[in-house]
Amino acid sequence: MLRLFGHANYDFIGVRRYAYIITAAILLPGLLFLLITGLNYSIEFTGGTLLQIQSKKAVDVASLRTGLDREGVPGAEIQNFGSQNEYVIRARLAKPGTDANDTQATANAVRHALDRVLGAGNYTVARTEAVGPKVGGELRQKAFLAIFLSFFAVLAYLAYRFEWRFGLAAVIATAHDILATIAFIGIMRLEVSLTVVAAVLSMVGYSLNDTIIIFDRVRENLHKHKQERFAQILNRSINETLPRSVLTHGTTMASLIALTIFGGEVIRPFALVMLFGVFTGTFSSIYIASPVLMAIEQRWPGPAARGHLAPKKAPAAPPSRKPQTVG
Amino acid sequence: MFASIRSRLLLIAALVIASVYFLFPRNVTIRERGPSGVMRDTVVTRVPLKRGLDLQGGMHLALELDQSKQVSADPKKDLDLALTVLRKRIDEFGVEEPLVQKVGDNRIVVELAGISDPARAKGIVQRSAFLEFKITNETGALEKALPAMDRTLKGLGIKGQAQPEKPSAVQQLLGGDTSRAAPKDSPRPDTSRKGTKTRKDTAARDTAAQDTTPVPGGVLSGLIQAAGPGGVPGEYAVPETAFPRVDSLINLPAVARQLPRGVVLRWSAAPTSVGVQPVRFLYALEDKSIVTGANLVNAQAQLDPLTNGPIVTFELDRAGGRRFGDETGKHVGDYMAILLDGRVQGRPPVIQSRIGRNGQITLGGKSLQEAQDLALTLKAGALPIPLKIVEERQVGASLGSDSIRKGITAGLVGTAMVILIMLVFYRLSGALAVLALALYILFTLGALSMVDATLTLPGLAGIVLSIGIAVDANVLIFERIREELLHGKTVRLAIDEGFKHAMNAIIDSNVSTVLTALFLFQFGTGPVKGFAVTLIMGIIASMITAVFVTRTFFMIWLNRRPALSTLSI
Repeated sequence: MLRLFGHANYDFIGVRRYAYIITAAILLPGLLFLLITGLNYSIEFTGGTLLQIQSKKAVDVASLRTGLDREGVPGAEIQNFGSQNEYVIRARLAKPGTDANDTQATANAVRHALDRVLGAGNYTVARTEAVGPKVGGELRQKAFLAIFLSFFAVLAYLAYRFEWRFGLAAVIATAHDILATIAFIGIMRLEVSLTVVAAVLSMVGYSLNDTIIIFDRVRENLHKHKQERFAQILNRSINETLPRSVLTHGTTMASLIALTIFGGEVIRPFALVMLFGVFTGTFSSIYIASPVLMAIEQRWPGPAARGHLAPKKAPAAPPSRKPQTVG
Repeated sequence: MFASIRSRLLLIAALVIASVYFLFPRNVTIRERGPSGVMRDTVVTRVPLKRGLDLQGGMHLALELDQSKQVSADPKKDLDLALTVLRKRIDEFGVEEPLVQKVGDNRIVVELAGISDPARAKGIVQRSAFLEFKITNETGALEKALPAMDRTLKGLGIKGQAQPEKPSAVQQLLGGDTSRAAPKDSPRPDTSRKGTKTRKDTAARDTAAQDTTPVPGGVLSGLIQAAGPGGVPGEYAVPETAFPRVDSLINLPAVARQLPRGVVLRWSAAPTSVGVQPVRFLYALEDKSIVTGANLVNAQAQLDPLTNGPIVTFELDRAGGRRFGDETGKHVGDYMAILLDGRVQGRPPVIQSRIGRNGQITLGGKSLQEAQDLALTLKAGALPIPLKIVEERQVGASLGSDSIRKGITAGLVGTAMVILIMLVFYRLSGALAVLALALYILFTLGALSMVDATLTLPGLAGIVLSIGIAVDANVLIFERIREELLHGKTVRLAIDEGFKHAMNAIIDSNVSTVLTALFLFQFGTGPVKGFAVTLIMGIIASMITAVFVTRTFFMIWLNRRPALSTLSI
């Protein structure tokens, strides 16, 4: 049988300090970069007008910009989109003197400018998005709320299925994934759209999946190998699940690469974010979630961490874990 | 429960049949506007999987009450009223499976799939369609008020553009009248400024009365000209180029106050060309409407047999008809303006005799389609308050089908790669997993069709992604079986243990994914909601196929080869 890493016995926990350094070396510059440049939010979140056009002839970007300025839509972004004569025009600011929440005036001004510069009938509008800042603000709020609440729901579920230590470790690893992904989005200058938020949330689910698979093995091994030290158990669990990880990440990446290459311009950011999520999710499950679990275990040791059914080792151990769950 | 292979196979067969049933192309009835403009039902055969606007092409609008011009007394009630009106209009418009719903307390969302003319649809949604009939003013109220308006403007520091024009028709026609009108008009019930202002006004008016040449700096007098003798009383011409300026000037509160009570100024809907210069007519009308669109019961677009131009005939209800008859009977010989959303339609016709319940609106120079749209909105009723579009998303049909094509290509390539990986690593067992994967795709699509979910572009991406993730459960199980085999267990026992031990991990990981998907569903909008639904359906389907279906395949395999000592895994 073909089995990758079938008898792996790497000391993952032993090298955790190097892993921390790598994490810091990626996260800190990434977040610093974000602080300086900020995220590139889509029209959906900032409010504004977007038109995707297919022109019959070549588009002179400079004259289009002048035309937009003349119609009172200054500072519009004009971006080539996929094929040669396909362009996306983004006007983030509403036309001065119009009600920004009434999105029509700005959208019409952009259409007038297109009519004037390209000539009516020389282009087709493939896609329009006109979002008032009020709607955009609501969407932004909802997106953050979705990420935030799903976080707690998962924490609660893990606390119920495992115990709070595992849940906390998983959530810290997930927080790392989200930060790393946001840094990735910032550095790649990907546009933060609703689809990208959906990708971040799927990435969270995927990464959690991975962490849970390892933790599930940890729980099992805690029962099976009661004599082993916690670090050994973690190492054993990671190594035992390694073949599964490699294979599942392989098939997932195969799908995502297909999406990136063939899925088209609109879906590409989604695929890229998820693709990055596969890497960071794998990394964090092994190098963040597990060491953090160990750190938590050292700081707040409890019989519960040895499995629900484990016999109490010493009378010195607290008889109940209630005080710890409160802390 | 499903211990025997036979019962398991029966269940799988039932699921397959159900999925195929839900995906089987069926007849769908679509309400469409035929070429003759009449609504009719068409039957189309297609796969009953609903495509989202981003895949099908279409328009999504979010609307709110626009209270900038008209403040709503009861926004909640007005929104509900607007919702009913929009429903009626969209129904008549003839779009397949339209969505018109209230979102939150203050927003209406309209989704129209596969429309070819978005501008027209927007017009139908946004048009207030408030119909009024008013008698034109015959006392020359505007001419009389013009000098006072000009002086007010001068007082505000607004000067006219240097217009080298001949003495305007207004002054030529009415020069001396202003002084006579002054005592009657100027003591408006304006207590605060009465003393000084009236005196000043009268003084100024005297000057104007002596001088029939344009008042120096008389902005409005220079631009507004009476239609002349023989024209419609209360009709004034304004050069189209000056229309926006005059419109903003006459709407200044201080200027509007100069007009006598009971008289309002309204513009014509479209410019008219008189000679070389296009002009816009301004009408002085009696404020009180004879009758409004609220009394309308029916409206229909037709071609006028005489002029071959489009007209809209309408029918009033009993009460409206009676009032209309009484009023028009009183005003025989007068002119009646037909206003739609505050704009006068066409030139006011003279009332030749008492008009009953039936009437018509002549639309000069418009297409039959526009007449049809007008009839449609009139029939559905007026919006209580105008609506503004706060969000618009629109995708062309070609972009939508392009997205579907790309999504399917990506899906096929992705699936091929996943199949290859599974076969290389797990050989015959991998083939079983691939078979299960095929069922997974069938079940997912069938379930989506069953719950009537909408397939969106992110949803399509979600399906492609889930093909990669769906095999995870099988991978977990297979790895577990391999471990058990390595520990020296028999094939049969290894398979049993492998499935048993992998279950915990599979359930835990899938539940957490469903949890995040539920939040996505709760907080996402259209396309993202579609993604969340495919994710949830995909997880359920993958649990069924990876655990139940693959297990059954293994059972059959073991049944056929009871003496199996090595497993192709």
